[in-house]
Amino acid sequence: MRYLEEKIVKILMISSIFAVLGSLLFILFITISRGWVSIKENPGIIFSTPGPRYLLGGEGGFFHAIAGSLYMVVPSTIISLILACLIALFLQSEYSSKRVSEIIRLFMDILWGTPSIIYGLFVLTILISFHQRGCLLAGIVALIFLELPIITRYVDESISSTPKELKEIAYSMGLTRVEVSKIVLKYSTSGIIAGVLIGLGRALGDAASIIFTTGAASTMPKGLFSSGTALPVVIFQQASSFYPSVRDHAYAAAFILIIIILVLSITSRLLQKKFSKYTVGD
Amino acid sequence: MQKNNGIKIRNLNIYYKNNRKSDFSALHNINLDIPKNHITIIMGPSGSGKTTLLKSLNRLHSINNGVKVSGKVIIDGEDIYHPMHLLPELRRKVGLISQKPIPLPLSIYENVAYGPKIHNRLNRKESDVIVEKVLKKVNLWEEVKDRLNQPAADLSVGQQQRLSIARAIAINPDILLCDEITSALDPISSEKVEHLLLSLKEEYTIVLVSHMLRQVKRLGGYVIFLYMGKVLEQGNMEELFNSPRNKITQQYIKGVIS
Repeated sequence: MRYLEEKIVKILMISSIFAVLGSLLFILFITISRGWVSIKENPGIIFSTPGPRYLLGGEGGFFHAIAGSLYMVVPSTIISLILACLIALFLQSEYSSKRVSEIIRLFMDILWGTPSIIYGLFVLTILISFHQRGCLLAGIVALIFLELPIITRYVDESISSTPKELKEIAYSMGLTRVEVSKIVLKYSTSGIIAGVLIGLGRALGDAASIIFTTGAASTMPKGLFSSGTALPVVIFQQASSFYPSVRDHAYAAAFILIIIILVLSITSRLLQKKFSKYTVGD
Repeated sequence: MQKNNGIKIRNLNIYYKNNRKSDFSALHNINLDIPKNHITIIMGPSGSGKTTLLKSLNRLHSINNGVKVSGKVIIDGEDIYHPMHLLPELRRKVGLISQKPIPLPLSIYENVAYGPKIHNRLNRKESDVIVEKVLKKVNLWEEVKDRLNQPAADLSVGQQQRLSIARAIAINPDILLCDEITSALDPISSEKVEHLLLSLKEEYTIVLVSHMLRQVKRLGGYVIFLYMGKVLEQGNMEELFNSPRNKITQQYIKGVIS
């Protein structure tokens, strides 16, 4: 009987792995194959901005969305990372009591679970009260809301898993708080990179908050206060088009999105490897 | 007696705050004179406050919440618990080597050079000299001179512990606090570290926490027996081991309590 259980669990484990891997490969296969075909037919769509009748099957591409995505995701990730490090260091320091830290972590978890459309709505409310139109800056702010809780929790987690002796040793060398924090952050680098990657991935794939805050412009973004758009928004627009050729462009945009994520994942893996050499495993 | 020598501890009390209920008294009315350029060993059963006493000498527990201290610790004629005392400066003078060797997430070279670089702003040549000198002092130079730029985490635990000592003495402290620094090591590495401590006592005031009676006997020096947060007995090693006055000390040395 016990051995039967063993066998059943083993079969369940293996089939779960196949289910996960299978669906992942299927998704990748569909987007990459269709996206690749679409790009090969018309490579110009990656490098050009939409013409006047683009969504009706006219000339143009979605370069403005690629640029918009990068313009918004990169600064918001950098700002979130800096804020996350400061918050996490505060949570772990003697300035914060255990109870305060617990409450802040709870808030972070609630923010993490909040759907991004709510951040979009929130930033939109602020925009309206200032009589402003959607712009890149508003998108960046919304994405910071989206990324901050994720990256903070990761940084927090990886700082708290550094050996407590590390802090003691660093202080015993006569280092100041800032110098000790630098050492602790360096020790936690690979955990922090994981958090950044996950936050970045969520920001890159988010359409809901961008529609509200930056809009769905069809021109290149010109500055922080110009309107723009992001890749997921363009995917949605194109995929809901009546024209099959435009729908194919959605797959091309999805393909580009996947490539960006892939490049980021591989880079972060390499960085993690590089930094984890310096830490001692238990 | 010379003026300003060693460490003077007067009426030191340390409490840990315990969830508002009652404070836990870790050290109770400690009065000690720790001699300069000697090895002083703090021994006692677990939970007797050895590490707390050690860390009180460079105020390391002030990085945690909920620790209350009263009394004085005088180093170089200054009370280190005076509110105006600068902690980084104190800790530069009083280094700590922890039980578990934790290399900084840097290369072997940078582990040693990091402290001097921050305190003295050295250029590359000057720090090269210090790194070589210090690593030779801890007998690690021959083993690592060809791979100074590799991560320090690649070293064996015994080498890491000697690197910890090198890192501590690189910033030129007066006092070295050692918290059971051989307990994570194998016998051969322990022996190397013990020899090292004996050779360093000429230059530094060493305060060592140990719960291994054999190690205390090997290292000798001045011994303090701590029990339940109080100093029960103190004196030279031979004296204390041959004719302990206190009953509990006798039992501890015989191995009845541990």
